[in-house]
Amino acid sequence: MNIDLNIAAALPEMILATMACLILLIDAFYGNRYRQLTCWTSIATLLLVALLAASDISTQSDVAFGGMYFDDPLGNLLKAAIFLSTAVVFLYSREYLEQRDIQSGEFYVLGLFGALGMSIMASAGNFLTIYLGLELLALSLYALVAFNRKSDRSTEAAMKYFVLGAIASGILLYGLSILYGLTGTLDITGVSTALANSEVNNQAITLALVFIVVSLAFKLGAVPFHMWLPDVYQGSPTATTLYLGSAPKLAAFAMIMRLLVGGLENFHSSWQEMLVILAILSMGAGNLIAIAQTNIKRMLAYSTISHMGFFLLGILSATETGYSASLFYVMVYSVMALGTFGMILLFSRRGFEAEELSDFKGLGQHHPWYAFLMLLLMFSMAGVPPTVGFYAKLSVIRSVLQVELVWVAVVAVLFAVVGAFYYLRVIKLVYFDHAEGEALIVESPVANKVMLSINVLALIVVLPWMGEIISFCTEVITSLAG
Amino acid sequence: MDFAQLALYFYGTVLVASAVAVVTLRNPVRSALFLILAFFSAACVWITLEAEFLAIVLVLVYVGAVMVLFLFIVMMLDINLDRLREGFTRYLPIGFLVALVMVVEMILVFSTDEFSVEQFPRPDPHLSDYSNVRELGSLLYTTYVLPFELAALILLVAIIAAISLTHRRRSGTLHQNPADQVKVKSSDRLRVVKMAASPQVEQTEITHEEER
Repeated sequence: MNIDLNIAAALPEMILATMACLILLIDAFYGNRYRQLTCWTSIATLLLVALLAASDISTQSDVAFGGMYFDDPLGNLLKAAIFLSTAVVFLYSREYLEQRDIQSGEFYVLGLFGALGMSIMASAGNFLTIYLGLELLALSLYALVAFNRKSDRSTEAAMKYFVLGAIASGILLYGLSILYGLTGTLDITGVSTALANSEVNNQAITLALVFIVVSLAFKLGAVPFHMWLPDVYQGSPTATTLYLGSAPKLAAFAMIMRLLVGGLENFHSSWQEMLVILAILSMGAGNLIAIAQTNIKRMLAYSTISHMGFFLLGILSATETGYSASLFYVMVYSVMALGTFGMILLFSRRGFEAEELSDFKGLGQHHPWYAFLMLLLMFSMAGVPPTVGFYAKLSVIRSVLQVELVWVAVVAVLFAVVGAFYYLRVIKLVYFDHAEGEALIVESPVANKVMLSINVLALIVVLPWMGEIISFCTEVITSLAG
Repeated sequence: MDFAQLALYFYGTVLVASAVAVVTLRNPVRSALFLILAFFSAACVWITLEAEFLAIVLVLVYVGAVMVLFLFIVMMLDINLDRLREGFTRYLPIGFLVALVMVVEMILVFSTDEFSVEQFPRPDPHLSDYSNVRELGSLLYTTYVLPFELAALILLVAIIAAISLTHRRRSGTLHQNPADQVKVKSSDRLRVVKMAASPQVEQTEITHEEER
């Protein structure tokens, strides 16, 4: 047997896996003496692999491990974004974990392994690799959700997440097994050519597609498979919610691109219909239910659901412009999610979680700078023009219009207006209400404050380069299709 | 119908029947025992399909280790069956409906030509010197090396997660620290106090320090 392994292509993953194991050992031996060591080495590792992945973005597509692994621009871009956002998550979480006495090295090690799983998904060339990457991520996330053992909420959330996640994985495997039965291969390009060449029964493909799309919807948290999401967001420690809400969305995009677009693009008319239903329901239910929430983490969970609806709009248009719009959307979304949950972490302190909406009343009087950052975040989430969030929403809606699904675009705009209500309500609480009881106190270290400011300001500072960013996204997507 | 085929159908029937018993029986211990039977029948099915090594591994790992542990846990925990069964009848109609729809869909799809027996001709039986283990090994370390390593990482994550979620230092319990015990010196345990000689009794105070 003679296959070209081309192991060097997977350098970032190999470094990450080795370092994760090393950090586990470092933490076991020196974790108690140097409490911050684990955190900083993890961040340094992530920055290194992010740099490696980013330096590889513009290179040509390549396969490794006999087709199991794609080394292409899309994979490298997503990997760099995943590693960077995980590093930011670690930076924000450090203080929070310390305050709650759950600062232990396992948080970072599990986070690193989760990032590894995501990067495997981002450059998977085989259904088997996608599944294994997904499980690696999911197992790390289950443990991270349950990380605060003392909290019943956290345990309950982990249990719900675990059971539903396991079912979703089973559903995905079932769909993939039907595809395997039809094509005789698990290779993504192999499946795509087998389906294009042969006279395959449409019905069987649709059944496989239903299972695959359902499991993807589960992982994304699209309505009607969203039940786990609000409980998990609210129940898990905020540091985990931050992790859960940012990088895995990028991985989900990678998974959709590999599964639906890479393997099953010939059948896009079938999955387009399914995604339209998911997107409309998600935008509707997410935005409407979010209005009724008083807990900000829960409100953001519903806002995530609605954002996933918007994100699906780009994919369901099944054009290159659509995919690049979705890529742009999901990257903007993860920056916004990092900012908002980072804000909640910033105001949390020992014995106090800034979780209720009412906690943010009167922020404008006491902390004008953070109030301004909150304003930017909420404007961006709602899609108000000077911020990037507007361009993200604009580009996905435009891609839907290009394939003449005008009614979908109209519904999307209507629900965006509904959504604006609860984002603007936060701004109203921050600027026009007076604090109940004592005002919020910021106890976070300087690094967190600076990073949070950079993170949020990025949403408006990049405006002059908007054209370049969007055309870069298109370029990445074209290189995948071509 | 030759013997191998007969055996395949026999073990297949036993497998399905015991799998049904696993989910329908009231007593969890019996369910677990039927699960063992299901695993065993599956192993037999695999043997008739010429996957001997996998069949042996299934019996060794699942029947021998996993299920025994599982039985232990089921027997030791006091599971309140009534609470588990709460809502069963309430959700029965909707569950039944969903299952029915799925079964009908699957019958429609799998009865098409795509999945007919002709599509999957019987492979030629292997020669007598064919080694299952060698084939598996050469595949695992060449074509499937990436998934193989990933599976190893998943197991590692499972270990880390299990330990970090269950390991705790309770205060008040006594436990040994072998490293400290080995490193201990006589001066840690014994303190010789010299006192001025007095006409009365000469005193030496010895204190024993208990291990923490």
